[in-house]
Amino acid sequence: MSDKNIYLPYLMRIARITLEAPGVRTFRLEFVDEAAARAFDFRTGQFGLYSAFGEGESTFCIASSPTRKGYIECTFREVGRVTAGLADKEVGDIVGFRGPYGNVFPIESWKGKNLVFIAGGIALPPLRSVIWNCLDLRDWFQDISIVYGARTVADLVYKDELKEWEARPDVKLVCTVDPGGETPDWTGKVGFVPPVLEQLAPSPDNTIALVCGPPIMIKLTLPVLQKLGFTPDSIYTTLENRMKCGVGKCGRCNTGKSYVCKDGPVYTLEQLSQLPAEY
Amino acid sequence: MADMYQLPSASLDLLFAAISADGRRILAPTDQDGRSELQPVTSPAQVAKDYLQTALSAKEVVFPKVEQLLSYTLAPGQVDLVDATPRAEPTVVFGIRPCEASGFQALDAVFNWDYRDTFFNARMDQLTVIGMSCTRKDDACFCTSVGGGPGCAKGSDILLTPTADGYLAEVLTDKGRAIQALAPEAFKPAAGVDKAALLADVPAAFDQPALTAKLPALFDGPLWADQSLRCVGCGACAFVCPTCVCFDIQEEADAKAGRRIRAWDSCGYHMFTLHASGHNPRETQGQRWRQRIYHKFSYYPERYRSLGCVGCGKCTRACPVDMNLKEHLVEASQVNS
Repeated sequence: MSDKNIYLPYLMRIARITLEAPGVRTFRLEFVDEAAARAFDFRTGQFGLYSAFGEGESTFCIASSPTRKGYIECTFREVGRVTAGLADKEVGDIVGFRGPYGNVFPIESWKGKNLVFIAGGIALPPLRSVIWNCLDLRDWFQDISIVYGARTVADLVYKDELKEWEARPDVKLVCTVDPGGETPDWTGKVGFVPPVLEQLAPSPDNTIALVCGPPIMIKLTLPVLQKLGFTPDSIYTTLENRMKCGVGKCGRCNTGKSYVCKDGPVYTLEQLSQLPAEY
Repeated sequence: MADMYQLPSASLDLLFAAISADGRRILAPTDQDGRSELQPVTSPAQVAKDYLQTALSAKEVVFPKVEQLLSYTLAPGQVDLVDATPRAEPTVVFGIRPCEASGFQALDAVFNWDYRDTFFNARMDQLTVIGMSCTRKDDACFCTSVGGGPGCAKGSDILLTPTADGYLAEVLTDKGRAIQALAPEAFKPAAGVDKAALLADVPAAFDQPALTAKLPALFDGPLWADQSLRCVGCGACAFVCPTCVCFDIQEEADAKAGRRIRAWDSCGYHMFTLHASGHNPRETQGQRWRQRIYHKFSYYPERYRSLGCVGCGKCTRACPVDMNLKEHLVEASQVNS
């Protein structure tokens, strides 16, 4: 049988480490094996399992865009054994990666539409992949808006890219921090994401909304989108259930009958409404 | 249609000797302090005489409790990764019940529905199952409610049914014929044996297709929390189950070397679905009990067109607080949705 060990990761060399926020890092990873690098391909929305050898594997999205070839990036917060092991690594160190797994954001089907990205805190990484993918294919889309909030100014991730998006005439970026999280020189909004989104009031006409954030933000943002007139099939999000295998076997990531690792992580609100709230 | 033979009791010695001489290990139920478990044997005399079922299941033969997936050595800036080769030796499992034999197909459904699991497949390729029909049952048994039966051939390569002076032998597959070919003289022509009359009577306890059809409507009902109130979340049900396949992947390592293993896990454990944030999608034991039932009786049928339960009753026998799966399924069947 010529089948391969599906649990064997690629070896990846850390090419760049960016400290995004307290405890939050972005790794740029390059394949150690050049043939693997050439053969590798993924689409936005997909995820992988990242190894700190000696500690184990954790599941994160691929936070970079498939239009940026030769590397992948992941952004993670240091919260447990594996992420602490990863956080200890330095540029040049080796980590593992299995993937890409899961379904994708169907950006081809969004040609000619407006896009509204809505993210909170550490949940910007999955949307950052889509944002860059869409910005690299800018003429496919009409208006692109981004609403991003975090608890404090320090907690905003991708600070340099936020500046880049803010400076672009073809992107409308609104950043906000929770009341009390602002600094004296903060020029963005102060307030939670849902009311800021309501104030921005993007038109639902010919528009796709993508929402990623902590459960409470999603819970309060969805009613705003529906009030604005967005239909459940035009609202996308990702689920982040715990995974071990990533390939539909270990049995824990399901929400009802849907396996997040295979049928997800990307779902429309319409699809989620058919599933129990096991996420 | 299977080829039918008589296998006189005395011929079993011949068969065991031929299998061992062919370099295959034989695993069979043996007496272990009042219960029976699969152990390596070389002679029929070592096989338990009066067993209903083993307490543990035969899944361990193809899906070990702990299994190495890879190993590595570490040096500064360097990782040397070593692929793990599954240790699969030619094995004949003798005497497991038809329920358990059919359990291998449920495992196969998960391990190969999409990505193919080389560890499981290497062992399955080397496995031959000589099943043993049931001439008795207990209150935990419900094979006939989930598509099986005391003489069901599904999953066996050879199925034996005890007769007065030996066994009726159905040779069912190429693997079975390969075993037969090792000791052809042991297999005599069968003449007019009524297999059905030899089998235990296991009446169906509930209508499984009807239960599967109504489960989605029962999801938010109070039944699962009620049924789980006495569950202590020990996970014994999952560990003895012939079809429970959920596993954990863990790391065992020091500063210089390590290995990645997978180990049996259970949906009954709080940590099974616990997020890094502390949020848990299945926070209560009731939600976890519901997951166990739905995985086996709703999600399996939808995804694999098969069930995740063979009605063996091992979970019921192992449960320290006497949660009887058959009774709970009967109760669910009687709820008006």
